[in-house]
Amino acid sequence: MADRFEIRVQEAAFDPGAELSAMTDGRSDIGGVACFVGLVRDFASDEAVTALTLEHYPGMTEKRLAEICREAVTRWDLTSARIVHRVGRMLPGEPIVLTAAASPHRAAAFEACWFLIDWLKTSAPFWKLEETPDGERWVDAKASDDAAANRWRQE
Amino acid sequence: MRILYFAWLRRQIGKASEDIVLPATVTTLGDLVTHLRSLSEGHAAALEDLEGLRAAIDQEFAEFDAPILGAREIALFPPVTGG
Repeated sequence: MADRFEIRVQEAAFDPGAELSAMTDGRSDIGGVACFVGLVRDFASDEAVTALTLEHYPGMTEKRLAEICREAVTRWDLTSARIVHRVGRMLPGEPIVLTAAASPHRAAAFEACWFLIDWLKTSAPFWKLEETPDGERWVDAKASDDAAANRWRQE
Repeated sequence: MRILYFAWLRRQIGKASEDIVLPATVTTLGDLVTHLRSLSEGHAAALEDLEGLRAAIDQEFAEFDAPILGAREIALFPPVTGG
């Protein structure tokens, strides 16, 4: 079976519309595509954020993203799944990450897209460094992200 | 064995990676962390709290009781915050 997913880790900005077109162009068997695009916010819980730098573990990151996509296309009826994640320094308003799932049916597309971003947040080796007016600080992991990912666990 | 550090561990220890020869008594990830703490003050400070650390053996997440025999690459890092 050909891989029905694509993953990319890159410094360059990406165009969410172009990513979605690449999943659907030339096909007539897709009922819908669900997509999540994560953006750099200009605020944290208590102060302004002027830039964000994403660090990752080259090699392991790509393996984990492929495993997450492989699980999505196994669990849901998808025509394709896609994860694009940027690394390096980026500014507020810029897209950081895209997860997308295409399916004949909307429920599978929505659920798989939600699964992709929830699992990525808790099980792919990325770390965020925020620049604020008071200096740099590493972002702490959130218990709410673990809870969101745990919803998708299966026995 | 190659040890990799990421995020604030990398900065606190002052290097992204190091190659070390382990004593024979070091058999688990937990033993490894204990050994690494003895290398420098930076190591000791960065690796003080096991609760705040995560690890991977040959690019697969692992618990601190996991054996490291035969591992080529071990990474130590804070909980992940991507997405």
